[in-house]
Amino acid sequence: MSHRLPKPDPPWMMRTYAGHSTATRSNELYRRNLAKGQTGLSVAFDLPTQTGYDADHELSRGEVGKVGVPIAHKGDMHALMDGIPLDRMNTSMTINATAAWLLALYLVVAEENGIDPSALSGTTQNDIIKEYLSRGTYAFPPGPSMRLIADTVAYTVEHVPRWNPVNICSYHLQEAGATPVQEIAYAMSTAIAVLDAVRERVPEEQMAAVFGRLSFFVNAGVRFVEEHAKLRVMALLWDELGHERYDVADERHRRFRYGVQVNSLGLTEAQPENNVQRIVLEALAVTLGRNARARAVQLPAWNEALGLPRPWDQQWSLRIQQVLAYETDLLEYPDLFEGSKVMDGLVGELLEGARAEMARVAEQGGAVEAVPYMKTALVESHRKRLARIESGEQVIVGVNRFEETEPSPLTEDGGILVVDPAVEQEAREALERWRATRDGAAVDAALAELRRVAATDENVMPATIAAARAGATTGEWAATLRDTFGSYRAPTGVGEAAAPAPGAELAELRDEVARVSDRLGRTLKILVGKPGLDGHSNGAEQIAVRARDAGMDVVYEGIRLTPAQIARSAIDEGVHVIGLSILSGSHRELIPDVLAALGDADIPVVVGGIIPEADVPALKAAGVAAVYTPKDFEITRILRAVVAIVADGSESHPPRAAA
Amino acid sequence: MTGAELGARLRKRDLAAAPSAMNLLENRAPEAHAERAALLAEVDPARLGGEAPAHVVGVTGPPGAGKSTLLSALVRAWRADGRTVAVLAVDPTSKRSGGALLGDRARIDADPADRGLYVRSTAAGERLGGLAPATRAAAQALAAAFDVVVIETVGVGQSETEVAEAADTVAVVVQPASGDVLQFLKAGIMEVPDVLVVTKADLGPIAHRARRDLHAALASLGAHDVPVVAVSAYPPPEGIEELVAALDAHRARLDLAATRTRARRLGALADFTAEHGERGLRALGGRRAAQAWLAEQDPALGEPALLRALERRASV
Repeated sequence: MSHRLPKPDPPWMMRTYAGHSTATRSNELYRRNLAKGQTGLSVAFDLPTQTGYDADHELSRGEVGKVGVPIAHKGDMHALMDGIPLDRMNTSMTINATAAWLLALYLVVAEENGIDPSALSGTTQNDIIKEYLSRGTYAFPPGPSMRLIADTVAYTVEHVPRWNPVNICSYHLQEAGATPVQEIAYAMSTAIAVLDAVRERVPEEQMAAVFGRLSFFVNAGVRFVEEHAKLRVMALLWDELGHERYDVADERHRRFRYGVQVNSLGLTEAQPENNVQRIVLEALAVTLGRNARARAVQLPAWNEALGLPRPWDQQWSLRIQQVLAYETDLLEYPDLFEGSKVMDGLVGELLEGARAEMARVAEQGGAVEAVPYMKTALVESHRKRLARIESGEQVIVGVNRFEETEPSPLTEDGGILVVDPAVEQEAREALERWRATRDGAAVDAALAELRRVAATDENVMPATIAAARAGATTGEWAATLRDTFGSYRAPTGVGEAAAPAPGAELAELRDEVARVSDRLGRTLKILVGKPGLDGHSNGAEQIAVRARDAGMDVVYEGIRLTPAQIARSAIDEGVHVIGLSILSGSHRELIPDVLAALGDADIPVVVGGIIPEADVPALKAAGVAAVYTPKDFEITRILRAVVAIVADGSESHPPRAAA
Repeated sequence: MTGAELGARLRKRDLAAAPSAMNLLENRAPEAHAERAALLAEVDPARLGGEAPAHVVGVTGPPGAGKSTLLSALVRAWRADGRTVAVLAVDPTSKRSGGALLGDRARIDADPADRGLYVRSTAAGERLGGLAPATRAAAQALAAAFDVVVIETVGVGQSETEVAEAADTVAVVVQPASGDVLQFLKAGIMEVPDVLVVTKADLGPIAHRARRDLHAALASLGAHDVPVVAVSAYPPPEGIEELVAALDAHRARLDLAATRTRARRLGALADFTAEHGERGLRALGGRRAAQAWLAEQDPALGEPALLRALERRASV
């Protein structure tokens, strides 16, 4: 083999995960990005769209247009894709529980533009298991969710052959704290669960094509050498799986194809400019070795831990990719690591670990059945990671070492995108207009047919496409299926998390909790809540586990609660303090709502999450006792402050008998 | 608000008094003791003019059996029937830290605007056998105000014993293919429940087989009339109505006054033993003598009154 390629490889597909406010404004953003040299689209949907609610649903409050674009019906999808040639575009949609629906809207928009479905290429993420484990935007119980996935796969393999119907995600597992071994094993186990479910719904001879259409969405952390090894292991296992379990003869169908968004978990709020270096190194993990190079790359922005990135921040990340692909000599060589002792050693190590972990998942009956096991394992890994950071064993520059810094000129003006709060009202009004002008009878008939099909074993895609064509909304489609499938709450994984032997700091906190509990007459009780649709529950879970380890009684109710539910639980449960976690930017609306719902109940509220500095005074003025942001990474220290807030309260109001 | 006031509100079926009443009943501080007793005195049979009207239902079973999903469906059925419901969910406590994660209430799908449903989770504390220290008192107090009081505990083989002493009807929930319940029943480690529930009936043949095996095990113990109900809480829900009917039927057959009187006496003795230990029991002439003496007391006496009577007798 020559040490040069006969001709350089073409660059990978370059995308930016983008979308916010409205379909029209997101469309403008997409067109600008494409003009800057971006080669594919990556659509970020807002949380109501991802979880199947319309903008006027109670749970949508504060979330409309925040972390992505709201798409309620085919009219919105038309606006989103306006002027973009769908037959020449490769569109990736980060959509899971409602993937069948958003795919249907995309297909209908193509159809109404006279484009044949066979000309469409792109990806629906459509991996529900990691939603239960990490990301939280599930809508239905596991059984029906797997069926929806299988239906979209069966449908696209036949009618939209260039579409990747499922993108198995290891990305969010790493965000939830997965080690490389866990990331590999749980993603591969998920792929097996999907393939096994599809096998029951397509003719055997199509399985090779199905296997060939499954792609992956991975993560890459800053330990970029090991991260690259991880991807080589995934490629090996995927090939082996195709060969041995699914009898895929054609080597091309067994090729490991993946897109990537590099790590957000490791991006810091402190000295955020350092995130640029982190992102560059992580990009190397997925591009350096040709044998396991990404097909599509999207990079986060340097300021993600501060809030929503602005177009300029995202442009910076696109330019990182372009420098790597167009300026360096990376694409001129064959694989750099072939024959490397280090790489082979790492691959062997990870392969062995991943096989053992896959066997454990298989023992439990596969990925669907093993969700509680995997969730607990992830919470535990994340707990260990945080403990390493708190102890200083794992260095994070600017956070637990080299903290001294000059004031940053980059964040003088806040340095983030703030979505216009009027967007939500606009979306509600637009929805009302849409419902008033469409053919109501046609929508009713289409939803009735969907309801009928959902209760049978038929493929749900044709009825879904018909409903999209008739003008049904995201909320209506999901509500129809919720009626049939039921709703679901995923395991929180916190119940079984191990309690470590306490260090001195935790022991001290435990004493303090005992002292305050004695004073209160009963064990200090805290409610940890996640209001709204934001499913990123790592932070809340770690707080809940540590509060238990500190001796508190912890009411943790999982994700997706309304302010009214949180207030009611807090009062009914008689908690002494409420801790709320929000990462989606809806804190401005939802925190005051919780405070209002508490009425005259005198329970202090503390807030943690991605809260821009500029919003803190307003929250405090509304009555929030304390605000914690990613800068506050020492959980024990946060809890000590929370206990002090309770102690102060109980000391300023002498205990009443029934208080 | 004083304990007597809270007790009076519960007696008048004012459900909004429940959270404050619970805060007081869980308060272990010595200075709250008199207030606690005052609350309970307001809802004892003498004050109520009879036993509290609620149906106190114990729901217990191994972790992962689907108790919470089942409970959610049961609560919906009771509420649809117009019955008010209080759920006391008891979670295990971490032995190491003394803290607890109270997660189960999350799984009861509650409408926050529904004042007819009250859910409270408590940590079991250091006590063996499943119940939190205040749960028995809480069940007695809330039984004055709600139509149904559920005590939910986790575990199998020991927790149902204490639940049985506090509840009118005990339902043990198992999932299909969990052989341990069968073994525990046969070995006598577990008492025969009033109703056995097999969850995940949507699993079809497996659930049916489980149901048959449990029937056979119960028959071999002579418990022919214990209903075994197969339920599925996922839509379409199955068996929930049958379960409600089976619980109601058990309650209808029950000599309520005798059951509750026995529960109060056992409860008072348990509290006495927790407080004064073996030495206290010896002062009463041993457990059996104490039980015999309790059996002669006024059946309308509430638990705090019985406890005081025991303490006087033992002169502790």
